[in-house]
Amino acid sequence: MDNLGYIIKRLGLAAVTLILISFAVFFIIQLPPGDFVDTMVANMIRQGEVVTQEDIINLKSMYGLDRPFVVQYFGWFKGILTGNWGTSYYYNQSVLVKIKETLGTTLMISFVTLVFTYIIAVPIAIYSAKHQYSIGDYIVTFIGFVGLAVPHFLLAILLMYVSFRLTGKPLMGLFPEGGITDWPSFLEFLKRLIIPVIVISTSGACGLIRRVRAQLLDEQGKPYVLCLRAKGVTERAITFKYAMRQVLNPIVSGLGGMISGIFNGSTITAIVLMLPTQGPILLKALQTQDVYLSGGILLISASLVVIGNLISDILLAVLDPRIKLLEEIK
Amino acid sequence: MMGLAKHGDLNLTARELKRLEKERLKQEKYFTASQWRLMWRKLLRHRLAVISFVLIALLYTGALFAGFIAPYGLEDYSGTYSNAPPSKIHFFHEGEFVGPFVYPYEIAYNEFWEKVFVENTAQPYPIKLFVKGSPYKLFGVFKSDVHLFGVDNANLPPGKDEVRVMLFGADQLGRDLFSRILIGSQVSLTVPLLGTFISFVLAVVIGGVSGYFGGLIDTVIQRIIEMISSFPTLPLWMALSAAIPPGITVTRVYILITIIMSLISWPGLARTVRSRFLSLREEDFVLAARIAGVSNFKIIIKHLVPGFMSYLIVDLTLGIPGMILGETSMSFLGLGMRPPATSWGVLLQECQSVHNIANHPWKLIPVLFVGTAVLAFNFLGDGLRDAADPYK
Repeated sequence: MDNLGYIIKRLGLAAVTLILISFAVFFIIQLPPGDFVDTMVANMIRQGEVVTQEDIINLKSMYGLDRPFVVQYFGWFKGILTGNWGTSYYYNQSVLVKIKETLGTTLMISFVTLVFTYIIAVPIAIYSAKHQYSIGDYIVTFIGFVGLAVPHFLLAILLMYVSFRLTGKPLMGLFPEGGITDWPSFLEFLKRLIIPVIVISTSGACGLIRRVRAQLLDEQGKPYVLCLRAKGVTERAITFKYAMRQVLNPIVSGLGGMISGIFNGSTITAIVLMLPTQGPILLKALQTQDVYLSGGILLISASLVVIGNLISDILLAVLDPRIKLLEEIK
Repeated sequence: MMGLAKHGDLNLTARELKRLEKERLKQEKYFTASQWRLMWRKLLRHRLAVISFVLIALLYTGALFAGFIAPYGLEDYSGTYSNAPPSKIHFFHEGEFVGPFVYPYEIAYNEFWEKVFVENTAQPYPIKLFVKGSPYKLFGVFKSDVHLFGVDNANLPPGKDEVRVMLFGADQLGRDLFSRILIGSQVSLTVPLLGTFISFVLAVVIGGVSGYFGGLIDTVIQRIIEMISSFPTLPLWMALSAAIPPGITVTRVYILITIIMSLISWPGLARTVRSRFLSLREEDFVLAARIAGVSNFKIIIKHLVPGFMSYLIVDLTLGIPGMILGETSMSFLGLGMRPPATSWGVLLQECQSVHNIANHPWKLIPVLFVGTAVLAFNFLGDGLRDAADPYK
């Protein structure tokens, strides 16, 4: 079996997962009692219109709401595949258009956060493992624990409060008024990006630091490291050339979980900091029972996690041939 | 390990003999101790875990006796004390020691026409133990109106608003934050426990079936687990919580939230259980049991589950912080517990605006409780993980 076969197998599994996810999403958005027509009828009655039972039944059959669950699901799923994700009742817009509006910003923030997490976490973890039980190590471990313990939204509030105290005005939103047109407005944008990126990356970075540190410490005690040391290989080469190869595994395999964590963080952080991402729209959609919109956002975020898992699986197979071998033996 | 007894010293005194005998017994006890006893011993040596355990015990005691310890009820409000800062507790009135007391707050306005609270130092109101206050039910059964402490309002001039002691200040409606944190912990600290129990049962049953039978069942269950864990937790939590219909009773909201919390943590646990099953089911003792005609169910419960119980407990403990944060986040967003019920997340709803925090920073105090609980469970879980393998 070559790499291609392995990748195709992974792709197949990911597709199955995606179909299962779409089914679960449709199930979830159907959960709340009542449907879109009920809301519409309630609005019509409030506006003084007379609605008969017959009208309701007609409306329901018009929107296909009287059909069985599975039929409705297949209708919805076909729409997803053909690019018709339904209409957002609240925004009175196509769901896909609404999602596209914020998808760019969401992905941008997620990507910046991901890169930031790795850039921050990996060097800190290496330092911490190389200087085990030093003051620096204790500080890092302590911050790591606290970072895992404080919920995102509180960190967002606290940093917002600090920035408010320091600058006198709250750093809310992401884009400066009038958009990014020149250098100063770009700097302003970068300034506003700092808090969300720190907040969202904290828990992911803390988790990564712990994992990488533990793995590196494990490696340090292994006989091959002893052998290398005995041969007179420099400490730097041992760490970066030999031990780090083993550590790549937890770094790469954590990618899917990291993306999932970033979505968790960015959803609630965006709500607190009023960022133009999918978080606030999801909340609004859920509050107003805008089912197709919330379904679409759920589907998108879960799909991105699946894609992240897929990428990390493939990367792992390329980086570490043993993993593929193990799979074959199974 | 244990210190070896000194040899070659023939002139042992009776006292030394006794000491040696004691040590031998101790060693014997160590070697014959059960796995659980060894785990317990190792856990006690993990200092952070012990401190965390004590903290957790304190928090739960507070939740259990919340009605008694809290000086006020959940909904006791006071217009005068709206957004009041934490009460200053004094001991000396006009240079004379009178024990702990508070001065009543009076509302004044500063040069920016902002509301400020000024103490009226004319008359001290002593803080007493076992004061009668608003009625509550201890453990939901015993009716009482005695509170651990409170302000003695006997000297209150008629027609004046009752003087209150508010250790953590008051919220927008003038309700005591300390009381509300304690009463809120009854929700915030029990949801994760119940949720953990539910995910434990689900994980053992589903993971066990998956690992024990293998084959098609295993494949299907693994796909479903993969599907659930592909969802970013928070959006999924939000979607499920939003599906809770409005207007149902507090108890039912509570139960549904608990189920939602547990639904999301069982897949990971089920994976752990499954992998343990896969390695354990090949063991000889399982084969022996099967040949002896023991039923599948009994093999799982009696022979396999005890084999990885300690690992499961570690994972369960480490799953609790996530649930605390989850419930807090949901309630903070207004999708979790709803007033009149209170949890730490509900209390933090007032912290959504910067101006509110900037002017009333004491409203962030619930954060300390959330952080303490989460950290304590994390440290306890870490200690348990070290202890889970006592022979190491």
